[in-house]
Amino acid sequence: MDLREKTFNIDVNHVTRVEGHGRIIVSTREGAVKEVKLSITEANRFFENFVKGMNPSQIPWIVSRICGICCVGHQMTATKAVESALGIEVSPQTVLLRKLLTESQFMQSHLLHVYFLAVPDYLGVQSVLPLAKTHPEVVKRALRLKKLSNDYTTVFGGRMLHPMANTLKGWRKLPDLDAVAGLRKRLLDAIPDLKETVRIMKTLKIPPYERETEYVSLKHPDEYALYDGAVYSSDTKSSVPVDEYRDVTNEFTVAHCTTKWSRWHRDSYFVGALARVNNNFEQLLPEAKQAADELGLKVPCYNPYMNNVAQVVEVVHCAYNGVRMLDEVLGGGLKAEDVAYEVKAGRGVGSCEVPRGILFHDYTFDENGRCVDANAVIPTSQNINNVEQDMKAFVPEMLPGMSREELTLHMEMLLRAYDPCISCSVHMLDVEFVD
Amino acid sequence: MKPKVAFFDFASCEGCQLAILNCEDILLDILNLVNLVEFREAISEKAPRYDIAFVEGSIHRDEDIERLQNLRSRTTVLVALGACACNGCVQARSNFVAPAVNYEAVYGEDARNRVQVDADFWSLWSHTRVRPLDAVVKVDAYLRGCPVVPAEFLHLVKSMLRGTTPYFPPDAVCVECKKNGNECVLERGETCMGPITWGGCNSICVNNGYVCDGCRGTLPHANIQSHITLMREHNIKDEDIRSRYRLFLGAEPIGRGV
Repeated sequence: MDLREKTFNIDVNHVTRVEGHGRIIVSTREGAVKEVKLSITEANRFFENFVKGMNPSQIPWIVSRICGICCVGHQMTATKAVESALGIEVSPQTVLLRKLLTESQFMQSHLLHVYFLAVPDYLGVQSVLPLAKTHPEVVKRALRLKKLSNDYTTVFGGRMLHPMANTLKGWRKLPDLDAVAGLRKRLLDAIPDLKETVRIMKTLKIPPYERETEYVSLKHPDEYALYDGAVYSSDTKSSVPVDEYRDVTNEFTVAHCTTKWSRWHRDSYFVGALARVNNNFEQLLPEAKQAADELGLKVPCYNPYMNNVAQVVEVVHCAYNGVRMLDEVLGGGLKAEDVAYEVKAGRGVGSCEVPRGILFHDYTFDENGRCVDANAVIPTSQNINNVEQDMKAFVPEMLPGMSREELTLHMEMLLRAYDPCISCSVHMLDVEFVD
Repeated sequence: MKPKVAFFDFASCEGCQLAILNCEDILLDILNLVNLVEFREAISEKAPRYDIAFVEGSIHRDEDIERLQNLRSRTTVLVALGACACNGCVQARSNFVAPAVNYEAVYGEDARNRVQVDADFWSLWSHTRVRPLDAVVKVDAYLRGCPVVPAEFLHLVKSMLRGTTPYFPPDAVCVECKKNGNECVLERGETCMGPITWGGCNSICVNNGYVCDGCRGTLPHANIQSHITLMREHNIKDEDIRSRYRLFLGAEPIGRGV
């Protein structure tokens, strides 16, 4: 095809199979890229302002509503931030239960994303639905694994969405040990399904585009950092404390997005499964490393489309680590703990890895324990700048060999690979090609 | 012919659509009985007309109003899916603050000013007030709760497939809570919205050691004054009572009045 004919105006408004509303705008003239824009169009909800006036234990419960898919992550991060502000120490039992709740949501979110949102692109279908007829075994496995992860969350949180069993300091109602034992057996029984998930992932043809960027994640000396750690950059090969997150995120706004953008040591940075696997590969469990090896994921990996592969690697890690932690619960039992706390004035910052990347919450309370200031920096808002940089780098590479439709699909796939969570970040997406 | 079913969302956490995807056991059976034509969170297809549209989220901007009116005109039945769509949910708390103050607090003054000079993006940033769907269009059925209850979704789908009207009894959360044998939250000295709140959730929050925050909205004939008196009698401070009424019910007239 003659490049001079390549004048595209691609405008995909309300991009599908992503959580939230976004728009991709690509404008090319005679084979040259004029404009690439990622616009987040989600309506504002102003969480950071309306949580003001709430008491400490209300905060994690309410900010859970920032996002349905990562409600647990928002709860955990807010819980840690509030506890830090009030000087609350928590028991090893509480930390263990929180890690279980956290990892259950990694499994749920990654499996949903890989099977429901990403795989259809690779199999050339519009959604997971036609797969029910053409690949029934794939869909049934997806549903089995998803149900397992949801039940996992329910055992520890009381329900799968916006759990209420957990609160500041600990658990209002402890998980039932019989249910924990049942869950352990089901996790072990799911190993063949997980192996099959790795096998399917291996058959998918991942677009081969690379752009090296800065990878940011938590890092912990003793474990693959998901629940806790310090903020690590692949650029400096060092960590900064979570309290200094504002120096990491350096948020700024652009008119075409209702989400804030971030940058640290360069124009943009990457958070999420690929950043974590790149930064903390050595701490993955052996089974997860083996899955990475089978899937051809070698670190450092600079291909953003490989984020889906990194998610599968993390699912394997979380499943095996889950069995280990469930054994710990079953071995030691659980005892009821007092969750009463004293209020005082103070500010606290919390950070957890959530499925889409590193999340920061920051709350300040007055002496009556009323929230007077709040800030949340969401993985998708940190990533969105990096997605736009990827698009700007890849469109000129893709343009000579691709039709308008292929290019559109590759832009949408790129965005989906990041697993954006737009409700979260709007404080966000649609694809639009403009002449 | 199989009914054409579609899902849409406005400002929300999209958790209620996720709650539907989480009906793993019966999801494939339902999909055999309906023709799912739009579900942006999970599929890429689009259709011009629907028999049943499930709409999640609250309405904040002019463009949202136009989109909702447009899809109302293209669907036979419109179902409000979840607390954001039914009663505004937690984000309606932002109605107590002027939008400009909210924009400045969350995005900074520079951002607010910059948006004012770029007309292409005005509509994105035109937040006025958080409204439930029925403040803008007629709603035919409500699936309440934050998040929705899968059993109620199934009841609604089954009723509609049979051509009957789904019935959700207007009983307070207290009715189910008593059946579940929970200790009364008010007796524990904590605020509880159970007495005035639509049941149907099986009092799941109280079962798990928490209280009822009223996410399902107030019952049509709820005696608000008596509820407030009841909480005062249990030595609950007015400040805390007000705070509860403004937690999930900020868009309801009652949430504004307490």
